[in-house]
Formats: sequence, structure tokens, C-alpha cells
Amino acid sequence: MSLLAEVSQKAFDLGVPISVHLDVTYRCNERCVHCYLDHDDHGEMSTAEIKNILDQLAEAGVFFLTFSGGEVFLRRDFFELIEHARKLLFNVKIKTNAVMIHEAEAQRIRGLGVDTVQISVYSHRAEVHDAITKLPGSFERTMKAIRFLREQGLKVTMANVLMSGNLGDQYELQKLAAEMGVHYTLDPTITPKIDGDTSILSLRIPGEALREVFRNPALVPNMEEFCAPPKPVSEKDLEGYSCSAAHSFCYISPYGDVFPCVQFPLPSGNLRRQKFIDIWKHSPELNEVRSIRAKDLTVCSSCSHVTSCTRCPGLAYMEGSMRGPSSADCEKSFYRTGVPTANMLRMEGSRRTAPLVQIQPLA
Amino acid sequence: MPETYIARSSAIAARLLAGEMMVMNAMDSTFFTLNEVATAIWQAADGHTPLREIVERQVCSEFDIAPDQAQNDAAEFVANLSQHGILLVSDHPISGPTGAR
Repeated sequence: MSLLAEVSQKAFDLGVPISVHLDVTYRCNERCVHCYLDHDDHGEMSTAEIKNILDQLAEAGVFFLTFSGGEVFLRRDFFELIEHARKLLFNVKIKTNAVMIHEAEAQRIRGLGVDTVQISVYSHRAEVHDAITKLPGSFERTMKAIRFLREQGLKVTMANVLMSGNLGDQYELQKLAAEMGVHYTLDPTITPKIDGDTSILSLRIPGEALREVFRNPALVPNMEEFCAPPKPVSEKDLEGYSCSAAHSFCYISPYGDVFPCVQFPLPSGNLRRQKFIDIWKHSPELNEVRSIRAKDLTVCSSCSHVTSCTRCPGLAYMEGSMRGPSSADCEKSFYRTGVPTANMLRMEGSRRTAPLVQIQPLA
Repeated sequence: MPETYIARSSAIAARLLAGEMMVMNAMDSTFFTLNEVATAIWQAADGHTPLREIVERQVCSEFDIAPDQAQNDAAEFVANLSQHGILLVSDHPISGPTGAR
């Protein structure tokens, strides 16, 4: 286990919020087809409010701070916020589309000691990227920004969301990232919109394409281990937890709402009315999330994938129950290993029995 | 013998976790955890207090370590962190950044 992993585990065990994702705005200059946010400003926090929250987060032990949105650079005070965060010695990561980053901004980001800039890029082809962002010229602007950031010696991650509109471009984009000296990540997760609208789920790539992605050693270096069938489940495994949400991580919206995670829309308190530490320690919602062990999962506790699945409790919550399965993750486990999940077998079983119910009146 | 002054680099991130300081350098992602003694030296690294005085006040008086041993260990610790750009070292006082919580 690396030192960083050891420290993360220690924070998890002690219940210290070592990592926080803070969206400073939902406003955006792109209109990505798969985005789960609305882009109106419903009363985002002021500079003073956010600075006060940063003070509270530092006091609570937060070390890793991600600024995200919306597009963070649409806030005119964004550099002031980074500066404040760095004075408080946070490890700062910025998620952005980078279209507003020029040479001067790149220099300033470097000067403030930001750790990483993560930039959304969907293709190596401008027409495909721009069709997803719906902002003509965005690819060229984003590429220029990446060059400015790299010239400053900054660490950059290209984050690609794989969907029907850019399926097939992931390999060439990976090559482009390597040529530009930046890290590359690929995520096939499309989540419902924040208001519950599930229409964008149709953008998810088909299962067969998932299988190909998971089994490509160029994208998955430890492919054999990653795609191996699940190991037998022990009693100890069933005492484990799903993820760091509410244990050592949480999400804060531009309106001060606190959630267990970005993908877990369970309102757990509001920083305009409550202190962060009070929400973190005493919120009934966060306490409920952190109480759930693998053995408490309604379907997944009996699934062979229970210890290796990427089951997201937030996606499960959006499907109806934070203790239930997340069907998107069931699909990933299946296409990764070829072994059906308990949830898939259950659904298959219910489909098989349906005709019997229909003919029941004839008996 | 000239005094040694130490200050925390402005490029680092740092936070206390259960009495130990986590330190990360944004430039190369090197990550350290400092034990209690090292954390005490780190927190006192204001750029103005000589290292000798920090060790006397923060280490010898707080922890049960012999003065010579403590001074040698501190010098080694400071050299190690300065190699990674995490501590600034000078024989003159340094204008230092703010401290970690």
C-alpha cells in the first residue's frame, strides 16, 4: 500500500474529511450533451461565503480540495478563491474546460501552486469535441490552454467521458494526451441529470463496447487482473464499506448544500445555516450513508461481485435505494468479467416468471 | 558557527492528520508524512527562528531526546526536506508563508 493510500485509509477510519469537491458555480460556457447540471445561477455563494467555508474545511482537516463547476473561470473571483485556498495550504485541483485559460492565467495558476488541472476533452477531432460541448472552436481553445499549462510545468489530466457521440476516438485521444505530456483518464459513466431527468442515459455506450474498452490493454494496463472473475466473498468482506462518500469525502454545491458525493444527490445540510463540522459529524443523512456495510445491501450482499464491483451508492440512490444495486455498475461488472451480477440474475428471473403470471387466469 | 533558518516552501500543501503532518509538493507530487517531532519542527519553521533554537524549544523540551542527538536528527531532516523543495534553508532569516493547521 502506498503512503498516500495508507493516509487515505487512516482518514477513512478516523472519519476525517480529507477530500472535498467544491463546485463554485453551475454556470458554464459549454453545453455538453451529457452534462447532469442545469446552468442557471440560483444564488451561488459570494466570495466571502466561500472563503469562510474554506477556513472551516481547513479546520476540519480537509487536505485535498477540488474546485469544479460549471466552468470555474466564469467566476470573476476564482483566482481570489484559489489564492485563499493555497494560503490555507490545501492541495488544490481544478476541473475546467480550459477555454478561458490563456498564457497569463496559466502563469497565475502555476504561481499559486495548484497541484493539477483536469480538463474535459472528448475527442482528438475538433468536430466531434465541439459537437459534444456545443461550443464552436472549443477544441482549439482547450488545446491551446493545455499547451500553456504544460509550458508552465503544470500537471494536466485530460478527462474523457466515453459516450455514443465519441465512441471509437478514445485511442487516438489517448495518443494525443501522451504526445502533449498529459495524463489521460477515460470514464464511461453517464449519470441522470440533477433534476432526475434520465433522458441523457441514452448517450451511454452499449455493453459490447464496454467489454471492448475493459479488455483493451492500451486503456487498462492491468487488464488480466481487472477482468478476472470475482474472488470468493468472505465474512470479513461483507463488513466492508462501498466507497469514501461521507467517510472521508463529501461534495459542496455552489449554494452551500452538502452532499455525500457529487453523484449522490442526498441533501445533508447547508453551509449558509450550519457549520461544516456540525454537518459532517451530526447530519442524519451522512450518518446513514456511512453506516452501510456490504452485508446491508439488499441485493448486492449476495452478489459474487460485491467486493470488486464499482457499485456507486449515489447512482443506486438515484435508482431508488442507497442500499440497492446500481444497474450501470452491474453492467460494468458483467462486461468486465463475463460473470452476471445477482441483480442481473434477479431481473432475468423476474422476466422469466412474467408470462406465467399472464396465463394464471386460464388455470 | 552560522545559524540555520528554515521556512516552509509556498509550493507545498500541508495538513495535520491525527498529530502527523501530511505534506505534498505540487511540483513533483512527492508526499510525506511527518512524525510528531518532525511536525513540531515543521510548524516552527517561520524563517526567523534559528533551527538550533527550534530544536531546543520544540524538541528537547517537549520530547525526551538528548540535545546533540536532536540537533543532528533535525539537521538531517531539514536537509532531506530541502532537497525536495519542501523547506527553504538559509543562513539568513527568510520571509516565510503561513502555517498549516
